[in-house]
Parts: sequence; C-alpha cells; structure tokens
Amino acid sequence: MNSQPDDAIVSVRNIKKAFGPNEVLRGISLNVKKGTAAALIGPSGSGKSTVLRCINGLIAVDAGEAYADGHAVHKIHTAKQSIALRKDVSMVFQQYNLFPHMTVLENVMLAPVTVLKQDAEEVEERAVKLLAKVRLTGKEKEYPGSLSGGQQQRVAIARSLAMRPNVMLFDEVTAALDPETVKEVLNTIRELVAEGMTSILVTHEMRFAREVAHHIFFTDKGLIVEHGEPKEFFSAPKDERTKEFLSHIL
Amino acid sequence: MSTTSAIFQWFPTILKGFGFDVLISMLAMGLGTVAGAFLGIGQISVHAWARNICKWITQFFRNAPWLVIIFFCIYLLPFEVQFFGTTIPFPAWIKGVFGLSFPVMGNVSEVVRGGIQSIPSGQWEAADAMGLSRWQTLRLCILPQALKRMTAPWMNTYAILMMATPLVSIVGVEDSVTIATSMLAAMRDPALMMPVYGLVLVLFFLYCAPIALLTKRLEARS
Repeated sequence: MNSQPDDAIVSVRNIKKAFGPNEVLRGISLNVKKGTAAALIGPSGSGKSTVLRCINGLIAVDAGEAYADGHAVHKIHTAKQSIALRKDVSMVFQQYNLFPHMTVLENVMLAPVTVLKQDAEEVEERAVKLLAKVRLTGKEKEYPGSLSGGQQQRVAIARSLAMRPNVMLFDEVTAALDPETVKEVLNTIRELVAEGMTSILVTHEMRFAREVAHHIFFTDKGLIVEHGEPKEFFSAPKDERTKEFLSHIL
Repeated sequence: MSTTSAIFQWFPTILKGFGFDVLISMLAMGLGTVAGAFLGIGQISVHAWARNICKWITQFFRNAPWLVIIFFCIYLLPFEVQFFGTTIPFPAWIKGVFGLSFPVMGNVSEVVRGGIQSIPSGQWEAADAMGLSRWQTLRLCILPQALKRMTAPWMNTYAILMMATPLVSIVGVEDSVTIATSMLAAMRDPALMMPVYGLVLVLFFLYCAPIALLTKRLEARS
C-alpha cells in the first residue's frame, strides 16, 4: 500500500470510466485525509456520484487506481475482498434505499448479521444505540414507509454506521428531501464529521459544504477543475468554470 | 327418464371428474411454479449464456399451443419407468400433469422475472454497498418485495391453467369433460347435451370466478 500518501485514507489516481460512448470520468485524482470531510461539487452529470461509486467498488474503473482505507479497490476480484472493502467504506444514497419490508431495526441489523456474521444480540444493542444517535429512538419497530424522508435518510445513515466503517460516502443525501427535513440530516452528518469520521460528500448544499468540509473538489465534465480549502475556494475561485458555477449557485 | 333426474343421477360422477380436474391443475401448477421460479431467476442471471438459455426456454413454452405440448408428453413419455427394480407407472393423467406444467413453467418464469425486475435498482445497489452477495440480496431484499407483486399474475396463470385442464380429456383422462361426454354417449339423447355441458361450465365458473375476483382485488391493492 505504499502507493498511497501516508496521511490519505482515500486516494484516487487518474481514474477513468466510460458508459458506452459517454466518458463520465476522464482522469480524476483526489486525496482525502483521515478524519476529514471532503465535498465534491459541480454541475449535474459531471461525474461526482460515479467517483463515489468507484471509491467503494460499486462501479469498476476502466483505468487508474483507487485506494480506500487500505483496500486497492481497482484490484478487487473476490467476494471476500469486496466484503472487506464494504465493511470499511460505507455509502448513503440519495433515495435512502431502505428495505421497505423490514423494520427500521432490521434494516440497521441486516448487514452486520448476514454479511459479517456478528452476534445478533450484540448487533441489536449497537443498532439501538445508533438509532438513538440519529435521534430515532422509539422508531425501531416501524417500517420505513411510515417515516418522513429525513427520518428514512437518518435510518440509512445508521444502517451504514452499523458496519463500523472508517469512511462514509454520502451521495446527494439531501437532494430528495423536503426542505424542512434537510436540516436534521445535515446535523447528523455534521456530528459525524465532528467526531472525526472521514466523509466524502457529493452535495448541492453549498453552504453546508463550505461549513463542514475541510476540502472542496469541483468537478466538471469528468475532470477535477479546481480544489482547495473552502474559504479560498468559495471566496476566490480561480478557474473560469468554477466562477461561473458559483455565480449561478450562490 | 327426465332431464333433471338424469343429471341428478350423473352429478356425483361428474363432480368427481371435476375434482380430478382440480387435482390435475394443482399438481401442474405446483410443478410449473417450482420449475418456472428457477427459470425466472435464471432469466436475470449475471451470466449471459444462462440468461439466454432461460429466456429461450421461457419463450418457447409460453408461445406453444398447450394441446400440442400435451400430445408430446402423452406420446414421448413412457407408460412406466423402472427405478431400482421397482416399476413406477405413468398413467395418462400424470402425463397430462406434465404436459400442462410446461406452459405453466413458461408463464411463471415471466411472472417471476417481471416481479424481480419491478423492484427499483437502488435496492440492489444498497445491498451491494452493504456487502450482501447477489443470492443474499435476492433472498432477503428483493424476493420478499417481489412476491407480493407476483401473487396476482400467478393466480391469473392458475385460472388460465384450470380452464385449460379439460384438454387432458382428449387423451382419455377421466376428468369432468370425459365423463360428461361418455355419459351423453350412453344416454343417446341429444336433448341432454346442453344441460350436461352446461353443468360442467357452471362448475368451472363457480371455481374460477372467485379466483379471478380475488386476483382483481389483489391487483387493485398493489
């Protein structure tokens, strides 16, 4: 694992990915330091979500290298390697993707029990604590369908945390939510970042990115156009595309 | 003998034949469902060759006339098989069950494939991100949701099968239609034809209509 910078827990080198004739990633490189939060921002279709999926191996890269928490993601071939990666690098989705036929508690317990074969009682204890952490105590026996979007998304976060990951990937997790429930989800993420959970956020919430992220990456047309610390990135963008994007958004 | 008393006299026998229709349809449904479930899951295999084989088998049996498949089973299957010294007979009605189960298999395969594919792909992706294998995902996350959506079309398939079951009378199985026909031949009274076949129709209607009604209700709910 010497090809990874010492202090980077996620390191992506010149990754490329095409879906048919559509080149989504055209050589993206980024490093994320352990215990920090990075935000990927940029116009729709610029490849942000694909970068996340390449980091946890949901999508195989065409070229380049991706390292995450000690796993060489681009070299993963066996189910065992894949499970080891999924345990350490967890992902939360825009559409929550909870399993509607399972209770909140069952959703949170599923992966540790069936994938990691952990003891169900111990997992349940942990799941109850995680649900308390995302302020959903009392909802354990409910089904996702009876919860609000914000509550469902917080269950999804608890479900990801149940694997005790070292890196969390958030894929536009507030994009499908009602404005009034966005805040509660962002608060949960803010707390996680404050606790030192390495987080990579794909987001359209510029204010949140500015406030929470330690580093901002701006992607456009499959490339990282500009990156830097939030203060300078937002106040003094250098690239024309960044300037234009920010002028539309802010 | 009056029409009414003739029907009264034969009614228990016809009813017994109808019971045989029900039995044959249930066995064919059971067999076809098990085979169709495997075939349907095969249709969404990650391996292209498996997917294609299952797709072609499914399409072949969905688009073949049921009667021709029954003929094939009647004439191609042996009338008995030797199994470790014991002789297992294959009477015509068992061959009929096999014959009917093939088209059911094709139809159930499509029901299963459609049910699985109706579940949003985000469910697969989330399970994948959590490290679940494809089989675990199917068993724990996808099928429990898909089963609900499969119930109505599956019942629909059964109703169609039940109405096709009298096809086995052509190859001499003692079902309700066979019995009605031989009864009419024995009575030699053309005036009995309408009421006797009418009775068979009513029996089928009384059996199939509630199933259709229930299917409609399930469809409305989902």
